[in-house]
Amino acid sequence: MGAIIYGHFTDELELLDAVKELKDKGIRIADVRTPFPVHGLDAALKFPRSHLPKVAFVAGVIGGSLGLLFQVWVFTKGWPLNIGGKPHLSLPSFVPVTFELTILFAAFAMGIAFLLRSNLGPGKIPDILDEEVTNDHFQVILTVKNNSLSEVELAEALAATGALDVKQVNEEK
Amino acid sequence: MHVSPVREPLINGEKSYSDITNDVMAPIKAKPGKLWFAGLTVSVIVMLIGFAMIGYTVWFGIGTWGVNRTIGWGWSITNFVWWVGIGHAGTFISAILLLFRQKWRTSINRSAEAMTIFAVMCAGIFPLIHMGRLPLGFFIFPYPNTRELWVNFNSPLLWDVFAITTYFLVSLLFWYFGLIPDLGTIRDRMKTLWKKKVYNFLSFGWKGSARHWHRHESMSLILAGLAAPLVLSVHTIVSFDFATSVIPGWHTTIFPPYFVSGAVFSGFAMVLTLMIVTRKALNLQEYITVGHVESMNKVIIATGSIVGIAYITELFMAWYSGVEYERYAFMNRALGPYAWAYWIMMTCNVISPQLLWIKKLRRNLAFTFVLSIFINIGMWFERFVIVVTSLHRDYLPSSWSMYKPTIVEVAIYMGTFGLFFTLFFIFIRVFPVIAMAEVKSVARSSARKFLGKPVKKQKTKNQ
Repeated sequence: MGAIIYGHFTDELELLDAVKELKDKGIRIADVRTPFPVHGLDAALKFPRSHLPKVAFVAGVIGGSLGLLFQVWVFTKGWPLNIGGKPHLSLPSFVPVTFELTILFAAFAMGIAFLLRSNLGPGKIPDILDEEVTNDHFQVILTVKNNSLSEVELAEALAATGALDVKQVNEEK
Repeated sequence: MHVSPVREPLINGEKSYSDITNDVMAPIKAKPGKLWFAGLTVSVIVMLIGFAMIGYTVWFGIGTWGVNRTIGWGWSITNFVWWVGIGHAGTFISAILLLFRQKWRTSINRSAEAMTIFAVMCAGIFPLIHMGRLPLGFFIFPYPNTRELWVNFNSPLLWDVFAITTYFLVSLLFWYFGLIPDLGTIRDRMKTLWKKKVYNFLSFGWKGSARHWHRHESMSLILAGLAAPLVLSVHTIVSFDFATSVIPGWHTTIFPPYFVSGAVFSGFAMVLTLMIVTRKALNLQEYITVGHVESMNKVIIATGSIVGIAYITELFMAWYSGVEYERYAFMNRALGPYAWAYWIMMTCNVISPQLLWIKKLRRNLAFTFVLSIFINIGMWFERFVIVVTSLHRDYLPSSWSMYKPTIVEVAIYMGTFGLFFTLFFIFIRVFPVIAMAEVKSVARSSARKFLGKPVKKQKTKNQ
């Protein structure tokens, strides 16, 4: 059980200023929701670098190695076909398939990792507080649970940054 | 819209963020007009005729086509290469231009990528039916089977299977993940419950959280990094189908770069053909501006010139190599029975794009529209020239032959246009044609102006 306080801005530069102001006061921000990726917001909220590129790299290495090893196995152990007297282990001709599988694995592993990490996926029901967030509202969400301040103090701090329409809902948990 | 003394704005009009949402969503919210229904009906009919002719081919066999023992690849492979090439522009716009930070791509990337996916679907049909036994099409994939045989990994035709499949799947992923935030936007604007539910399902429960955006951006950049070499590899591998053979006119090392630039060239022409009509029909002139058309025309000059140089290099190398077969193949292309096709290709692909050096023509929509159709025709003939004229003169003069498509082949080709436009018509009614979130992110100072606030001075270098 904890109250959720939220308000919105209509301009991303005001949002950035407000986020910095709240951070300076030591208030922890539960979430910021925006209609598009706001540049500088990641830094203001001090997000660490995403691990998704690493996922892509590892999956790409796995996909590429599987592709290459499988082709080598097929042509040397599985069924060594004599194709016009060419060598069984003709590595240059394995390059295209290896390359394509590297890309395929990397892309899909990263896509799936993104969905799992962000808890998104077909059929997920989001907790939307303001439908205009996907249009032109830049919303800041604070929770009492995360902060040492009371609901009223948080609401005041948020309103002081210039947030419009500061509201409060009680989370049921 | 950034403020720069030398570059024109990316979108016109003083648009606020909600204006962008409303303008882009207008065709989704509005009832479809008569023109849309007419277009869809025609497309569906043409598509069904095409499918019927595919059925006819499968039932009676490849004998219903004009191909023969000398010319084993006719329209079908020509169309395959052409459609794959068309698809390249979408990935080029969304991946390579993203890596180069070309912000004008934000207005056109969504529809161009959709075009990629539909074009690759059309392309994929041709090799499948050309194999003759459609129900056994799955033989092309390596799977454990009772024959204990594997596919031939030395064959460029198999590389094609992997390249096209990967290209289709990765393009679809890239396109769809880019769509997720915009689908969330549509969901929140929809009034009816079932539409809300459908769009929520499609949007994967998107809520615009900053954390999600952070990961989404990082993912998009890496996906672009993966898709950029992928798109170059796809037409390279398609060109291997020809280049690794020992047919004069096919056996050239210039094919991979020449095919890739040809693909981007024809793809941009197709994007222009579609966009010039779509922007008008959907009332998006302020988003897809003359500036966008001009930028695309510049890509057309660059790639068209590479294609032109490649043609001339081919001719030079045929002479310089001193190989009589090679020399004959090129003399025969230019002066033989298919010379008409060669000269259509030369005129449309080499001469016509050079007109775009003139700025007035580059910014003229009617001229660009006509030119883009010429380029599409020219690039189709390029593939026809490569496929058919190289084959119709065998090493053995007794095997010399001519090729003419039958009505069945023509109908299948038209059918793929039907499929393409059916999908495109549905797309423009169901999904946002313009990447709303991306356009909003480049429209900043325009929004501030609209709100009556001073525009912050921005570093023009970053734009």
